[in-house]
Amino acid sequence: MSVLVFAENFKGTVKKSAFEAVHYGHKLAAEMGTDCHAITVGSVSNVSDLGKYGASKIHQIASASTVDFDSQQFSKAIGTFAKNIGAKVIILSHSSQGKSLAGRLAIRLDAGLVTAVNQLPDVSDGFKVTKSLFSGKAISTYSMDSEVKVLSLIGNALAPEVVNAAGEVVPSDIELEASKLTVVETKTVEGTVPLPEAELVVSAGRGMKDPGNWGIIEELAETMGATTACSRPVADADWRPHHEHVGQTGVAIRPNLYIAIGISGAIQHLAGVNNSKVIVVINKDPEAPFFKAADYGVVGDLFDVVPRLNEAIKKAKAG
Amino acid sequence: MKLLVCISRTPETTAKISFTEDGKQFNSDGVQYIMNPYDEWYALVRAVEFKEQNGGEVTVIHVGESSSDIIIRKALSIGADKAVRVNANPSSSLFVAKQIANYASENPQDIIFFGKETIDYNGSEIGPMVTEMLDIPYISFASKLDKDGDAFLCERDIEGGVQALKVNAPFGISAAKGMAEQRIPNMKAIMMSKRKPLEVVEPVEVEAKVSIDQYELPAGKSGVKLIDPENMDELVQLLKDVEKVL
Ligand SMILES: Cc1cc2nc3c(=O)[nH]c(=O)nc-3n(C[C@H](O)[C@H](O)[C@H](O)COP(=O)(O)OP(=O)(O)OC[C@H]3O[C@@H](n4cnc5c(N)ncnc54)[C@H](O)[C@@H]3O)c2cc1C
Repeated sequence: MSVLVFAENFKGTVKKSAFEAVHYGHKLAAEMGTDCHAITVGSVSNVSDLGKYGASKIHQIASASTVDFDSQQFSKAIGTFAKNIGAKVIILSHSSQGKSLAGRLAIRLDAGLVTAVNQLPDVSDGFKVTKSLFSGKAISTYSMDSEVKVLSLIGNALAPEVVNAAGEVVPSDIELEASKLTVVETKTVEGTVPLPEAELVVSAGRGMKDPGNWGIIEELAETMGATTACSRPVADADWRPHHEHVGQTGVAIRPNLYIAIGISGAIQHLAGVNNSKVIVVINKDPEAPFFKAADYGVVGDLFDVVPRLNEAIKKAKAG
Repeated sequence: MKLLVCISRTPETTAKISFTEDGKQFNSDGVQYIMNPYDEWYALVRAVEFKEQNGGEVTVIHVGESSSDIIIRKALSIGADKAVRVNANPSSSLFVAKQIANYASENPQDIIFFGKETIDYNGSEIGPMVTEMLDIPYISFASKLDKDGDAFLCERDIEGGVQALKVNAPFGISAAKGMAEQRIPNMKAIMMSKRKPLEVVEPVEVEAKVSIDQYELPAGKSGVKLIDPENMDELVQLLKDVEKVL
C-alpha cells in the first residue's frame, strides 16, 4: 500500500525536482500511514540524499543503455516495480521526463491521473488534489476514485525539508528492456539553472529595443544568480534563444521571484508567469497592464533602473 | 507514409476564464474557440510539411461535437488530407486517448503527432496515453523532426537543453516551439478544404477514473506597491527582508 516516487537524475545527479517529489511523497505517505519508496534508473552519485528528504527505501534499476530516458522502456520497468511492491500512489516530477511518463504509467497501471498538482492531496474524505488550469488562470480540485493513482508534481510547489528517513539503498532486480531510441547528441546550456527549475528569474521584453542591449539584463541575472527569460516577440525575432520564451505558448514557470523588465504584461505572457511568488515589474509606462499583476512596481526607464538595481543588490550582498 | 495529427479545441488565448456560480462547470458564454496553438502551429504544420517533402497522407483526428467542425475545416485548409471526428464530448484525457488509440489501431499510422500540451488543461497527457495503449515509442516536446534514411531524426527539449534522437516508425511525437512556423491558409486552400472528407465516427466507451469537483479563480494580487525608481535600495531591502526571496 505504499507511495512510490520516480526520482529523476540528470547525468548521474539527482535533480532538484526529484527532491521535491520525494518530499511530497514522504508527506503524503505519512498522511496515508505508509512508507515512501523512491526509484531511480541508472547510476546516480548522490542517490542516498533521497533518504534525507523522506525516502524510506531507494531502489536502483541498473541501466547499461546509452539512452538516458525512454518513456516506453521506463513505463514498463517502473510499472512492473510499482505492481511488485503494491504501490498505490505513484509520484513523478512534472518535468520533461515526468510528463512523458505520467500518462503511460496511468495506462499501464490502470490508474487515475492528475498532472501538475500543486498541493498535497486531501485524503480525509476520498482523495482530492488541486492543480492550476488555463495556464494559471484557474484552479481545480480533482477527485480520484481509482485504486491506483498517478500524480505529477509541478516544480517549486513545496520546499523540500530534511527529515532524515531511513533511505536504505537497494538494487532492484527489474531489468530495462532494450530501448527503441538511439541518442545522437545531448546539448545542454552549462552553468545556469534551467528555467522550469529556477527560483529567481530576470525577464526582458521588447522595451529593450535591441538585442545588443541585453548586457544589463545578463549582469543583473549574474549578480542575483538568476536565470534569464524573455517575452515571445523577443524570441520570435531571434533576439534571444527560444528556450527563454515564457508565457502561455512558451515555458510556464513559478519562481520565487520574477522580475519583468520592459514587458507590457499581455494576457498570454501573464498566463505563464502569474504563479510566481513575487513579481517585480519595471516599465516606463505607468499604464502597462503588468502592474496589475505585480507585487512591486517601478515606473521608470529600464536603462536607468536596471543598472541601479544591480548596484543595490551588489551592495546588499557585500554588506 | 501515414501521418495522424491529434487536434484539440481550446478557448482563445485572451478569453476571459470564468465558471458557473456553483464552480462546477466552465462558463463558455461568449468564449471563442480555436485549434490548440501547439497542435496547429507546430504539430499540424510539421506533418503537412513532412508530407510535402516525403509523400504520404495527413489525417487529423479530433474528439468533439459538431461545434468543432470549424476548427477541423481549418486544419484541412492548412493542408491535412482528411479528417476524422469522434462524435463525443472530450470528457477526460483518458476518454480522448482511448478514442485516438482505437482509431490508430484500426488504421495503422507511421507517426502520430500531438501538441506539447493544450493551453486549457495543460496536461501533456494524451500523447503518453495513446502511445502506451499502442505500445510504441513517444518523443516528447520535439522541436525538430526529419527523415534520416529509413529512420527519423528528432530533437526533444529537456530541462536546460535539447537531445537529438533516432527512432523508427511507428512512433508518437509531441510538437513544441521550433518544430514549424505558423501557416495562414489562402483563399484557395480554404475553398478546397470544403471538399475534403470529414468522417464522423461514434466513440468507444470509457470508464472515468478522475472527476473535477470544483473550479475556482486564483486569488488576485492585493495591489502593487510602487517603488521610487531612484531608490532601488528600498526594493532590495523589501525583497530580502520582507519577501525573503533574495
Ligand atoms: C496566441 C498567442 C499566444 C501568445 N503567447 C505568448 C507567450 O507565450 N508569451 C509572451 O510573452 N507573449 C505571447 N503572446 C504575445 C503577447 O500578446 C504580446 O504581444 C507580447 O507578450 C508582448 O511582448 P512585450 O511585452 O515584450 O512587448 P510590448 O508589448 O511591445 O511591450 C514592451 C513594453 O516595454 C515598455 N518599455 C519600452 N521602453 C522602455 C524603457 N526604456 N524602459 C522601461 N520600459 C520600457 C513599454 O512601456 C511596454 O510596456 C501571444 C500572442 C498570441 C496571439
